[in-house]
Amino acid sequence: MSEVKKIATRQSYGEALAELGKEHENLVVLDADLANATKTDTFKKVFPERHIDCGIAECNMMGIAAGLSTTGKVPFVSTFAMFASGRAYEQVRNSIGYPHLNVKIGATHAGISVGEDGASHQCNEDLALMREIPGMVVINPSDDIEAKAAVKAAYEHEGPVYLRFGRLAVPVINDNPDYKFEIGKGVVLKEGTDVTIIATGLCVGSALDAAEMLEKDGVSAQVVNIHTIKPLDEELVVACAKKTGKVVTVEEHSVIGGLGSAVCDTLCAKAPTQVLKIGVQDVFGESGPAVELLKKYKLDGAGVYEQVKAWV
Amino acid sequence: MQNRPVGDVAACAIDSHGESMTYNRKERDTVMTILELQKMANEVRKGIVTGVHSAKAGHPGGSLSAADVFTYLYFQEMNIDPKNPKDPDRDRFVLSKGHNAPGYYSAMAHRGYFPVEDLVTLRHTGSHLQGHPCMQHIAGIDMSSGSLGQGISAAVGMALAGKMDQKSYRVYTLLGDGEIQEGQVWEAAMFAGHRKLDNLCVIVDNNGLQIDGKIEDVCSPYPIDTKFEAFNFYVINVADGNDMQQLADAFAEARTVKGMPTAIIMKTVKGKGVSFMEGQAGWHGKAPNDEEYAIAMADLEKVGEALCQK
Repeated sequence: MSEVKKIATRQSYGEALAELGKEHENLVVLDADLANATKTDTFKKVFPERHIDCGIAECNMMGIAAGLSTTGKVPFVSTFAMFASGRAYEQVRNSIGYPHLNVKIGATHAGISVGEDGASHQCNEDLALMREIPGMVVINPSDDIEAKAAVKAAYEHEGPVYLRFGRLAVPVINDNPDYKFEIGKGVVLKEGTDVTIIATGLCVGSALDAAEMLEKDGVSAQVVNIHTIKPLDEELVVACAKKTGKVVTVEEHSVIGGLGSAVCDTLCAKAPTQVLKIGVQDVFGESGPAVELLKKYKLDGAGVYEQVKAWV
Repeated sequence: MQNRPVGDVAACAIDSHGESMTYNRKERDTVMTILELQKMANEVRKGIVTGVHSAKAGHPGGSLSAADVFTYLYFQEMNIDPKNPKDPDRDRFVLSKGHNAPGYYSAMAHRGYFPVEDLVTLRHTGSHLQGHPCMQHIAGIDMSSGSLGQGISAAVGMALAGKMDQKSYRVYTLLGDGEIQEGQVWEAAMFAGHRKLDNLCVIVDNNGLQIDGKIEDVCSPYPIDTKFEAFNFYVINVADGNDMQQLADAFAEARTVKGMPTAIIMKTVKGKGVSFMEGQAGWHGKAPNDEEYAIAMADLEKVGEALCQK
């Protein structure tokens, strides 16, 4: 594993914006005093006149983005996931979601892998909050390649999009010439027959590691990357459930309301299947180095392996 | 101040049913007289009372206090064309106090955005006239609103876009005096002042009442003017925001302001024009019954007749 390239998806976000900004003059970036952390400073260096720092006022920032979008601009609003989906939830819901405005929300520092800052900044609820807003597309990319592709796809999509990025550098797993990103289309990363592990975000890497370990125990795991939580690739989820009979979901998010819930919503109606939801178990996070926390909350490869092994 | 011709229109040309009221800027390039605007505001008030009565719900009090400013904005101040509601160069309006939709809709209908007859569908199932303004239902509504404190931020975004694109359009937003208790209003004000958005005009309808009573008893936002000044706004106090001439003077002055946004703080009477609603917090969000509706319309007919005598 030591040779695997690692990049934080927030870094990918900043770089993708700077790249897209060259092609599209109507792309503007908003931040709330976190440009250095969300990495929108990468865009700011190239396009200072199109980078709008709103100060520490996320609710107003969402409204400004809404106003900008009504004039034809495509704003990427950037702050931590906690503030984008939490503090400014109602602004996102009423000023962006309800009028279905063309605003993209780039939420960085999602999940417990925020690390040392602790629970106040570790948002494990954003997928749930954003998923329930009608018309909102919710994307949680797994690595650098996917994050950059997602930013581009979000720009091209007409309507509100929530993009979830992480602080921690994570392995690049999609670095292959066949990689193609399409909103709402899951990706089968490994074929298997005994169980399907559906993962999202940085947990896709953990799922792949876990599948490798399970293989040695004679358990054949199919691994699916669901980068788009909404609209969910229901066809793929149902097909996998029918194929393997058992489904595991893995996310760096509460087991309430996120990927696991989305998958269960689909399966209970279309293909009733036993589902093991791996994620943050209805608790707040805590301070600690990100890698240690992922291990403690059993969201790394070994943790996922252990839970799937015990359940299958 | 803009020049206003003395009324060359027959004094009672405006019929009380509003059918011949549709005003078209393209057909009439001249500005309206103060008297014509007053008559129009009275028609807008009838539309408010009619809509809320039909809906059996809604917010007449603040709609009536703001009827004059709605009328002034839509018939005089703003560069708009109901036939081209998406014109990128048009002036924008955001009703931050979205619950005054009955007043907003009435002004828009009389201005020609949709038929005046539609006002009776207010809040009815399937109507485009939602309880609070929805831009997806009506072309000409520049921003959906209703949750207090949010509209001003969107207006600031529109003004910022105008500056970035070097456009000459202006952006107006109307807030309630209770609404400014919302913290987001001041986040938006700080940003607008910081960015020197002189194409932004914030209007505060200071009718003094909110749902739970007098604003100074509930949680006083006073002093309002110096608060906006502290946020680097140019402030215009209007002693009587139900006086069309005072509104005309204030908006003309606002146009001359450079290098900072303007806040027009206008004293108004909640429920203005309807005898039993005036100054009553209880009529913030309540519909008149049939009997009250008849009295309200009679009150407004009387106002209209008095204006015809002028």
